[in-house]
Amino acid sequence: MWKWLHPYANPETTYHLSDRVIPWFGWLSGSLLTIGLVWALLFAPADYQQGDSFRIFYLHVPAASLSMGIYLGMAIAALCGMVWQLKLSDAAVAALAPVGAVFTAIALFTGAAWGKPMWGTWWVWDARLTSELVLLFLYLGVIAINNAFEDKQMAGKAASIIALVGVINLPIIKYSVEWWNTLHQGATVSKLGKPAMSLEMFWPFVVCFLGFAFFVATVTCIRFKTEILLRNSSRPWVKNLMLEQAK
Amino acid sequence: MPWENNNTIEFISLFIALQSLSAQIYLETKQLTCIKQDRILFEDLNVQFRRGDIIQVAGPNGAGKTSLLRILAGLAQPYEGTIEFDQNNINEQLELYRQNLLYLGHLPGVKSELTAQENLEFQLSLHGYGNSDAEALLADVGLLAFEQSLAGQLSAGQNRRIALAQLWQSNAKVWILDEPFTAIDAKGVEAIEQKILEHANNGGCVILTTHQELNLPSNRVSRLELDYRF
Amino acid sequence: MEQGNVLSYFNLFKLVLSRDLKIALRHRDDVLNPLLFFIIIITLFPLGIGPEPQTLAKIAPGIIWVSALLATLLSLDRMFKSDYQDGALEQLLLSPYPSFIWVLAKVIAHWILTGIPLIITAPVLAGMLNLPTESFLATFWTLLLGTPVLSFIGAIGAALTVGLKKGGVLLSLIILPLYIPVLIFATSAIDAASYGLPYGGQLAIIGALLVGALTLTPFAITSALKVSTN
Repeated sequence: MWKWLHPYANPETTYHLSDRVIPWFGWLSGSLLTIGLVWALLFAPADYQQGDSFRIFYLHVPAASLSMGIYLGMAIAALCGMVWQLKLSDAAVAALAPVGAVFTAIALFTGAAWGKPMWGTWWVWDARLTSELVLLFLYLGVIAINNAFEDKQMAGKAASIIALVGVINLPIIKYSVEWWNTLHQGATVSKLGKPAMSLEMFWPFVVCFLGFAFFVATVTCIRFKTEILLRNSSRPWVKNLMLEQAK
Repeated sequence: MPWENNNTIEFISLFIALQSLSAQIYLETKQLTCIKQDRILFEDLNVQFRRGDIIQVAGPNGAGKTSLLRILAGLAQPYEGTIEFDQNNINEQLELYRQNLLYLGHLPGVKSELTAQENLEFQLSLHGYGNSDAEALLADVGLLAFEQSLAGQLSAGQNRRIALAQLWQSNAKVWILDEPFTAIDAKGVEAIEQKILEHANNGGCVILTTHQELNLPSNRVSRLELDYRF
Repeated sequence: MEQGNVLSYFNLFKLVLSRDLKIALRHRDDVLNPLLFFIIIITLFPLGIGPEPQTLAKIAPGIIWVSALLATLLSLDRMFKSDYQDGALEQLLLSPYPSFIWVLAKVIAHWILTGIPLIITAPVLAGMLNLPTESFLATFWTLLLGTPVLSFIGAIGAALTVGLKKGGVLLSLIILPLYIPVLIFATSAIDAASYGLPYGGQLAIIGALLVGALTLTPFAITSALKVSTN
């Protein structure tokens, strides 16, 4: 079953593959985001309770779900690296972590910005916001450990271990934070109810979400390429590539 | 230019090779490659370490001698390639391999808070020689009367002797010794050399690095040269 | 080749545990400093917040537990450091026994040296923070079940950062987020106890975390140590 994957364990093949898919992902992402955001911000109906401030939803929710999705993807890459000793997995972990961290930060920032009109304050210790904050810490841990080692191989392995430990802990942390939140539920904080979503709101959301997802794919592939080059800088194919590009 | 030559490894052991053609291969590396900090230390290294061999890994500082020994011991992973012990990949039989391995690195692994005897007893037990006579072994390495001294109060050479005392007990097939003579006086060096020879004669295999000239019959020692590569 | 005396897993566990305890007892500062740190931090809170008994009682569980987290964190650094620096870690990794056993022994030694002193001093400090006496037992139980979890999870970070020059801050960044569940359930158990509510559920969850940590973290710790010694 893993045989067909084998050629992609070769850094050179994978490098050229990501090189080829980047323009596709880039164009898809660009067009989907343009359509989606214009649709969502200008044409989709405003929420009957929250008015136009609801529109930040189109940015906040994709960012939040992608931030968790990226962490999961990173952990899967880390697991593959541990089990099959794939060196490229380390590169994938290193490539994904900063992207995920930025999306987590976006989710936090938009969450806070959404909170201001809704709750009247920038920050509440809402369960979802708190989990998102912890997720940011976990990402920063992976990035920090990846930067702390001088040797790229070791850095990748260390980051993979932390990513795996993090992904096992993430559900526990999420559950405990939710439980903590219900325990300390203050009277002043009205929990943000799930907006009843009409189809007119749903479709622009899907387009936005896909746009952001392809954006993540594009950026990750670009970073992945760089990581592959960094890890193989002493290999002849990288040297040839550099010479070609220098012409 | 040496660094343009892919075949950096020259295994000068004609005599031994002829002598031991039929000898049992204990350890074998297959296409071993090591990359540290983007520098290729060695590439496609294929070496066999046989019963009765004494192999001195030689080369300038930074050529990858310690890296090679650590990879052989299974402490570090090679970038590519495998190591086989008795024709099987060591990663698939780690416990068996470790039972047959004695590795003494740069650092003696001696705790300064424990006495010489406590240290040696711990190290022996850890490798399955729990019921050996640590006091007698310490006497063998010239640490008679120092058994109860804290290792922290002993000199660097004495600390190394504590670790080296394991050589007087170990019957592991493969010994990997990284600079065993550091901080050891001339008499001690001689005793260790004799021990190494004895082990090889008894069917062991010794892989070591040292910057000193080995004072052993030259037909018994083969050299594995590692070049510094850029 | 036959081994002198092969240790049973339990004997190996005892061997490593007693060695670590012996070393620590000959180096008492290492044990006392985290405890002093714990006491001093707890003293700082009333000075910073004000001495009103009601306020202190309300935040006492949080103070005790956050201080326990920080004190544990402070002591984590030395769990593998000296073994890494003097080469003993390599010898442990090369012993022919499953690393699970000696990793477990080392982490439990760490807990005995840092967790138990915290558990013993906590009631006194809880009294000083005006925690109602009903919560003392809950404090004891949460610390008893929770501090080993801190040692186990923290050991992963300690193992990963052992080879780094400035590992301390990094260690906190990696490990503190993972301590959140223990913190939440432990403080809530103490809170519940002070209102006279049952807190068995919280304890059960901390117990489950302990079992999970006990069984899973040694694998992560071993792979982390292998990365650090690579």
